[in-house]
Amino acid sequence: MPKHTLSPRQYLILGLVAVSAPLGDSCLSRGMAAMPAIMLAHPGSLIAAVFTPWIALGIALLIGFFASYLTALSWADLTFVLPATAFGYVIIALLARFWLHEAISLERWAGIVLVTLGVGFVAQGPSLTQHPAAELEVAHEREAGTE
Amino acid sequence: MTISLPSVPLPAALNPWAATAMIAAVVLASTTGEVLTAAAMKSIGDLDVIRAHSGLKGAIRAVLTSPLFFAGVFFLALAFFSLLFALNHLNLSLVGPASASLTLVTNAVAGKIFLKENVDRRRWAAAVLVCVGVYLLAH
Repeated sequence: MPKHTLSPRQYLILGLVAVSAPLGDSCLSRGMAAMPAIMLAHPGSLIAAVFTPWIALGIALLIGFFASYLTALSWADLTFVLPATAFGYVIIALLARFWLHEAISLERWAGIVLVTLGVGFVAQGPSLTQHPAAELEVAHEREAGTE
Repeated sequence: MTISLPSVPLPAALNPWAATAMIAAVVLASTTGEVLTAAAMKSIGDLDVIRAHSGLKGAIRAVLTSPLFFAGVFFLALAFFSLLFALNHLNLSLVGPASASLTLVTNAVAGKIFLKENVDRRRWAAAVLVCVGVYLLAH
C-alpha cells in the first residue's frame, strides 16, 4: 500500500526542515561576507570562522535542520523531502515581504509560484517508494520459512 | 617533469572556470552526501518508531552506529566547507541559487539511479519547477 498521508507531527518536521535551512544559510552568508578573503593555502582560517557569532548561530540552526532532515529521510524519499526543503525559500521570502515589509520583485514572485507548484506536485504523490522487489523477497522468505 | 604553480593565487571571482569549479564541488559533494545519508536513514528505519520503542537515546544510537551515515556526513561536511570557501570568493546571489537549484536536479537523478526511488513524471516536473523557482527566488 503506498503511504499517502503524513501525520501532523511529520508535517511539523518537514516545516522545521524548510525554515531552519534558509535561516541558517543567511546567518552563514552574513558571517562569511564580513571575513577577510580566505585562500586555499590557509585552510586553518576556515576553522577560525566557525567561532564567529553569525557563523556559530548559522551552524546551530543547521544542526536543528539536520536532526529534522534525518528524521524526515527515515520515513520519506529523498526526492520527496528535497522539494519540501526548497519551500523554505518561499516562507523566508513571504516573511521578508509581510513582516519586514521588503519589496519582492516580479522575478521572485515568479520563483515563489514555481516552487509552490513544484511542492504541490510532490505533496500529491506518495511520500515513500515501496520496492516490489524487497516485498517479494520478504514473501519468498516467509514461504521458505513455512516449508 | 616539473609543474610550476603561480606563486600568487588568481582572483577566483574574476575567473569563470574557478567559479564553475567551486559550484561544481559544492553540488557534487552535497549530492553524494545526501544520497548516502538518505540510504543510511532508509536502512535504519523510521526514527519516530525507533524513538517510541527505545527512546531518544536509542534513536541517536541507531543513527550513530551506521557507517553509511558517517560516509554521508563526511561528504556533507565537505560540501559545507566548499560552500564556505565559495561564499568567501563569490557572491551569495550566485553561489546560493546555482548550488541549491542544481543540487535538486542532480539529486533527482541520483535518487532514481542509486536509491531506486520512484521518480515519476510528477517528481521530475517538481524537480524542474522547484529548480527554476529556487534560482529566481534566491537570485
